[in-house]
Amino acid sequence: MNVDYNAEPLVQVKDLCKYFQVGRHATLKAVDGVTFNIWKGETVGLVGESGCGKSTCGRCLIRLYEPTSGQVLYDGKDITKLNKEEQKEFTRRVQMIFQNPYASLNPRMTVKEIVGEGLKLQGMPNNEIEAKVQELLETVGLNKDHMSRFPHEFSGGQRQRIGIARALSVDPEFIICDEPISALDVSIQAQVLNMLNRLQDELGLTYLFIAHDLSVVKYLSERVVVMYLGTIVETATSEELYANPMHPYTKALLSSIPEADPRRAKASQRIPIKGEIPSPINPKACCRFANRCEFATERCFNEIPQAREMSPGHIVACHLMEQ
Amino acid sequence: MAEQEKILEIKNLVFTFKTYGGEVKAVRDVSFDVRQGEVLGIVGESGCGKSVTAQCILRLNPEPPGFFEGGEILYKGQDILKMDNKAIRKIRGREIGFVFQDPMTSLNPTMRVGAQIEEVFLGRTDVTKAEVKERALEIMKLVGISDVEKRYKQYPHELSGGMKQRVMIAIALVSKPSVIICDEPTTSLDVTIEAQILELLLELREKLGTSIIMITHDLGVIAKICDRVVVMYGGKIVEKGTADEIYYETSHPYTRGLMTSIARLDTNRGDKLTPIEGTPPDLFSPPVGCPFAARCDYCMDVCNQYPPEQYMLSDEHMTVCWLQHEMAPDTEFRRTKGEAK
Repeated sequence: MNVDYNAEPLVQVKDLCKYFQVGRHATLKAVDGVTFNIWKGETVGLVGESGCGKSTCGRCLIRLYEPTSGQVLYDGKDITKLNKEEQKEFTRRVQMIFQNPYASLNPRMTVKEIVGEGLKLQGMPNNEIEAKVQELLETVGLNKDHMSRFPHEFSGGQRQRIGIARALSVDPEFIICDEPISALDVSIQAQVLNMLNRLQDELGLTYLFIAHDLSVVKYLSERVVVMYLGTIVETATSEELYANPMHPYTKALLSSIPEADPRRAKASQRIPIKGEIPSPINPKACCRFANRCEFATERCFNEIPQAREMSPGHIVACHLMEQ
Repeated sequence: MAEQEKILEIKNLVFTFKTYGGEVKAVRDVSFDVRQGEVLGIVGESGCGKSVTAQCILRLNPEPPGFFEGGEILYKGQDILKMDNKAIRKIRGREIGFVFQDPMTSLNPTMRVGAQIEEVFLGRTDVTKAEVKERALEIMKLVGISDVEKRYKQYPHELSGGMKQRVMIAIALVSKPSVIICDEPTTSLDVTIEAQILELLLELREKLGTSIIMITHDLGVIAKICDRVVVMYGGKIVEKGTADEIYYETSHPYTRGLMTSIARLDTNRGDKLTPIEGTPPDLFSPPVGCPFAARCDYCMDVCNQYPPEQYMLSDEHMTVCWLQHEMAPDTEFRRTKGEAK
């Protein structure tokens, strides 16, 4: 799908922060000053290790969490300042697909109730809901016989399809996919990915695709945002990011991907990355990656690096980029 | 590869769970061997029987409901299936170590890390307490745990995921086993940590000469560390061979399907992935013929009626597929023995 990058972005995230108070003197900075845009019709991948704040960020975008500070503009409007009518419209236009299809479907509701719940809340009369649910189930590759069944009767892949049907039920334009395939089997993952691609072409959807699997993100996304410990370290188009990663963290992350090719995998040299992701509680005001970075200088431990645009659309937050 | 000593041999293993809903035939006639100092990968989707097979080696499956219906598991020539509990306890954890999938839940939250590592020496009279502690600290250093004296006294909740997995590996290694079985050791870890753990396993193999059985569904992990690979589907082995043979001379449609259904770094945007349609077979009533027949693009009449024969394509490479039969149509999977590619 063609994306018009000159238009106003559909979603603008400006300096978004989400802190959790975890003790009297301890603040967990899950998302700390995140800025990026999403244009209509594109897929943006949000990647990072577990605990980097990518899911929290996704949840702030749909107002499952109230941001601590910063703004999320959807279609030019701040989503925290919507009135009741606008809020209802917002929840219709923005939907979410959750990570774990075993936990995100209510076990006491039938498929028809699960998929039709949003329609009911949007005021669709009962007699129309059934036909709509049937149509939705067909879109995601299930059939009407499944309507009266309960979630436990389905396999993981089928459940994820139900979750997708639920998200699609209210004709959204923007869907946040929070690791939609990581709980699925290898052979089923491709089925769901192909379906997400098909739906985007057919319905003109915009996706924010949150994942830790870099190969999948590369396959799906136009642009990729890499997060590390609550901050964005690098943003670029997917071709650019994988061909020419600039931030030391992105480089290390890319070189850690296990390749399904024994000769190449055994020959490839991993860029070593020391230790593990540190705690996001009360972080120091410096580059978050400094203690694991092999190029870190004194400055990295004292000053927060600013995001700089290295080439059009390629934004890196690293002190090393200044030389 | 030179002929190495076979440490572990599994012959025609059949393992069934008897439940109220009927019999689940989890492992159906599986045979393979593990050699001195090699990394053997077992790959397959969830429910294909890979974990059950591995757990059978140490008799970890509760019996009942599980039953061995046949086969032999020979460890250094002795049949594990014929041993009594006492004899198995001598092997379990001491001769053959086990690294479980989820380090978050498989460590005991009420025991200090050090005590858990030393647990395998419990009841042994030939070593003193001080020797055991020294051994535990030494193995903790070996698996890359820093600040061992402090960690020794910590509880699992004080450690990160990667650290816990290192502790799990330390537990498996502490009594210098000759084989360790790793059941999806990196599935719950991030890629950067996964790479560290895999490198650690390879390094330990070099240093200690331990054989490793690596169970995973991730072909990337297999490619990185395995010498030989066993591909399982529906409780059976569908293909086995050296890693190169499996990846570059794939001769079973299921193995091919696994490889084409994952998005790789060199997959272009917009290329359609080719998923394996359908779902794995129901093991309550496994299909009579080939387990993969219902999902196979190359399925022939014979596939649904008779289980395929085993075809040896080289000394190591075996495939279980009717497409290798001389009367089958010519496909990309057809190989003749000794054909070098």
